[in-house]
Amino acid sequence: MNRFDYVRAGTVAEAVQAFGSDPSARFIAGGTNLIDLMKYNVEKPGRLIDITRLPLNTIEERDGGLRIGALVSNADLAYDDRIRSRYPLLSSAILAGASAQLRNAASTGGNINQRTRCYYFYDEGTPCNKREPGSGCPAIGGVNRIHAIFGASDACIATHPSDMCVALAALEATVQVTGPDGDRAIAFADYHRLPGDDPAKDNTLKPGEMVVTVDLPAKDYGQHHTYLKLRDRLSYAFALVSVAAAFELDGQTIRTARLALGGVAHKPWRNLEAEALLQGKPATRENFQAAADLIVAEAKPQSENGFKIELARRAIVRGLEQAAAGTPQTQSDKRIQ
Amino acid sequence: MATQISPASGRDTFVGRAMSRVDGPAKVTGLAKYAGEFAAPNLAHGYVVSSAITKGRITAIDAAAAEAVPGVFKVITHENRPSIAGEAEAYQDMVAPPGAPFRALYDETIAFSGQPVALVVAEDFDTARYAASLVRVSYEAETPHTDLEAQAGSSYDPPEKRDGIKPPPEPWGDAGSAFDGAAIKVSQQYRIAHEHHNPMEPHASTVVVEDDGTYTVYDKIQGVANSQLYLTNAFGLKPEQVRCLSPYMGGGFGCGLRPQYQLFLAMLAAQDLNRSVRVVLTRDQMWSFTYRPGAVQTVSLGADTSGNLQAIRHDALHGTSQYEDYQENIVNWSGILYGCDNVELTYRLAKLDTATPGDMRAPGAVTGVFALETAMDELAYATRIDPIQLRIANYTDTDPVEEKPFGSKALKACFRQGAERFGWSKRNPEPRSMRDGKELVGWGMACGIWEALMMESSAKVTLTADGRLEVGNSTGDIGTGTYTILTQIAADALGLPMEHVTTKLGDTDLAKAPVAGGSWTAASSGTAVMKACRDVAEQAFKLARGLEGSPLANVDFERVVFSKGRIEVAGDPAKSVVLTDVMRQTGTETLEATGSASPDKDFAKQYEAYTHSAVFAEVKIDEELGIVRVTRVVSAIAAGKILNTKTARSQILGAVVMGIGSALHEESMLDHRLGRFMNRNLGEYHVPANADIHDIDVIFVDEEDKANPLGVKGVGEIGIVGTAAAISNAVFHATGKRIRDLPITVDKILAA
Repeated sequence: MNRFDYVRAGTVAEAVQAFGSDPSARFIAGGTNLIDLMKYNVEKPGRLIDITRLPLNTIEERDGGLRIGALVSNADLAYDDRIRSRYPLLSSAILAGASAQLRNAASTGGNINQRTRCYYFYDEGTPCNKREPGSGCPAIGGVNRIHAIFGASDACIATHPSDMCVALAALEATVQVTGPDGDRAIAFADYHRLPGDDPAKDNTLKPGEMVVTVDLPAKDYGQHHTYLKLRDRLSYAFALVSVAAAFELDGQTIRTARLALGGVAHKPWRNLEAEALLQGKPATRENFQAAADLIVAEAKPQSENGFKIELARRAIVRGLEQAAAGTPQTQSDKRIQ
Repeated sequence: MATQISPASGRDTFVGRAMSRVDGPAKVTGLAKYAGEFAAPNLAHGYVVSSAITKGRITAIDAAAAEAVPGVFKVITHENRPSIAGEAEAYQDMVAPPGAPFRALYDETIAFSGQPVALVVAEDFDTARYAASLVRVSYEAETPHTDLEAQAGSSYDPPEKRDGIKPPPEPWGDAGSAFDGAAIKVSQQYRIAHEHHNPMEPHASTVVVEDDGTYTVYDKIQGVANSQLYLTNAFGLKPEQVRCLSPYMGGGFGCGLRPQYQLFLAMLAAQDLNRSVRVVLTRDQMWSFTYRPGAVQTVSLGADTSGNLQAIRHDALHGTSQYEDYQENIVNWSGILYGCDNVELTYRLAKLDTATPGDMRAPGAVTGVFALETAMDELAYATRIDPIQLRIANYTDTDPVEEKPFGSKALKACFRQGAERFGWSKRNPEPRSMRDGKELVGWGMACGIWEALMMESSAKVTLTADGRLEVGNSTGDIGTGTYTILTQIAADALGLPMEHVTTKLGDTDLAKAPVAGGSWTAASSGTAVMKACRDVAEQAFKLARGLEGSPLANVDFERVVFSKGRIEVAGDPAKSVVLTDVMRQTGTETLEATGSASPDKDFAKQYEAYTHSAVFAEVKIDEELGIVRVTRVVSAIAAGKILNTKTARSQILGAVVMGIGSALHEESMLDHRLGRFMNRNLGEYHVPANADIHDIDVIFVDEEDKANPLGVKGVGEIGIVGTAAAISNAVFHATGKRIRDLPITVDKILAA
């Protein structure tokens, strides 16, 4: 761990100003990922700007939806009554991840900015294009059973590890950010990016920008939703494949379908074609299989993760079945429904 | 009512009951100190810089930036270290396998990934860790070889056998012809992944330089005598110059049997800087020493149509390092567990560019019995015989290798009681025949076996005039409950309440005892304590008998019992004296004795001693998604007398959990191009989480054994043996898919 300066900001403006244009500065809230990365010498910030005192820890009504402050803890968010009743998919996804202790500390803004758990990214003894651009990607052809099957590049096959973000992608949240050039809103689908030839960049934040709120639209999918997470043990493991699914149904007919996958790409993975395919169709296993087939058709395996393609196909079908039946996966009993 | 006289000469007041740990309050309140927690004036902190390459040599180390950090005392490397013993033999510890032990910072050679290449010593841990990140090491790398199967071609029969590990016995009968001629044949390959121990407590050593120039060393070690031996040899010290202590351990599982490099580096730095030094390794560095090596095994079973075994062949290919021939007993179990006239067992090593592997809970048996007991399940299906019946058909009360009867073997009782508790009779043997909603249900069983060992051990006990007893020896309590059982044994032997007995362990100033391993501590230290107590009891009895008007006059020692603070005539409690009165009236301040225990040679001439188990597992597997849950385990154990049913049960529970991990989760994944384990943290190296563990039911069947006076066999390891096979057999029963490659992860279930 390197030595760093520490600044505590009292307001959002102070935080942005303190960050300035220092490329070595980092905002810190819960620190559940950043501190680990510092211990591994992956992140070596010259300056930490503590934003935990900023007034961003409330959940407020806004335009029929909810506005979530960037500092609301994952636990507070998951257990908030409005979230549980109106956005149970988000609550469920958060509770599928990490541990109670981590969820108590981790913030909303930190969760969406957490970095990949690729083994090579964490190991400064190996090359990694995300850590050291241009050094190479040994995960390709290496130990990669947890890596991406969608949207990877020759430079990087890492996945985004968040569960919460998969739900936010399905719910079509908006990320409000502020920075040296003022405020702007980023649609969730545009927030994270694919690695391309610049895998060092996880998202589309500009230098010095910080997340202020995450806004949930009015459409809430309170009845027909699920977050199904498949992993190598039944708790405290990142997803091999996860599925956030939500429907608006007219009887058995699908009015709106939302589907996002986790653990399979550099960002929460959506396929709008597959969602469109389901629209107006009966909520049947055959239609779910067709959507799943469409999604996995563009999957590309690495040397050790080919199984994730078939696993994703099956998980999509099961997730859509759970959502359609109104029997969402519980996160307390690990038995898959 | 007949008086129950325990072998320890008192009544069984505490022995055999469920007693809470005597060290529990110290542990839960933080009073119990671990090796990395002891402080000393001017304590310096060392942080290890680990090699980024796996094989090759260091060409340059630039430590200038690190040494320029305020608070850094020195960056010690092979270039500037103090002089140390030159010959490799000086680094051999008590449990070292044949070969030349690794010597940290010895020269520029790199033999494994994560090898320590420098120690940064600073005034605090954070400074040392920061400065370590500034050390620049240049290497000349060679291509590493870490793929066991790729090295099979250069495998070999280890020329020098490891002390205490029996090599495979000479074959008997003609297994080849018998297999070829058998009506029913099963022959398959089985694999188990590399596993790392990962106890909660990281490896740590604190070397305190005393004013008189001697050293007090706190080490994470399963036996302090081993640390002392290692340090005296490597650094040319006399035993009286090095006192080693390890009062508590946050888990050992075998990775604390050998002194690890942080001990060497802490002493090296302490000598170099002439100040006290602590070195704590990181979780990541857990992957830079000792592990349970993966193995590739072939088991071939031939049987007649009634399931009688006619041929057993078991071959294992096992990994070791380039510099030591680490060996385990993997295949011998296949010659002991069942009676068969034609048996051929073979074991070969292949050298890998890794650190030397080491013992991990039931080393060899976990690996070998998984293969054997999975093969037996395959034979049960091939012969259409119930798995328990198949095992009973091939049951043996005699060790076929040594041609001696087992001193005790209550395995049939394990089958009976385990099957009843589990409900085995309701099992439909047809694969895929049982389900629960979307989940397939599978029931599997397997046997476990482990040696009932005993080692030479001593213990000293001191009775003081106030009726309090101190008991001690140098073995370690690695979390198993040794403090508690020794306290129980001593309290019963002298008829004292447990609160009046203080047990001290893990200190080379105490009576000599071996490392805690092999499940031998209860038998070894327990017997030594019992004998020492018996000696003190006799001394007290003689004093009592000599008192004027003693009610014990004309009574033999064998006819008295020690109970509730009194010495009384057995069956005639009216004739008794109070122990503290005896001490006071005779003006005796203390009575002390040292007891020693060693294996009973007469017993060993006639009998073989093993623990056995029958493990039953239920799995539920989502048919479409392949996600496995182990919903029930019943483990029926035959391990002689159980000294403490609570701590013993905890041993089995923990071992079953570890067995579930071995079956479904644990795998250190190597990138063979880099020769590097990649998932070096507890987020990515999976051990079972609470959600993975459901009902575990432990049964201790009655078993009388006479290998030692206490009748104990040890329970530290037997609980893990066979558990993975029971689970893999249950997976087959549920799915019809036989997965012979541990861990059984979802990809393998989908692919099968």
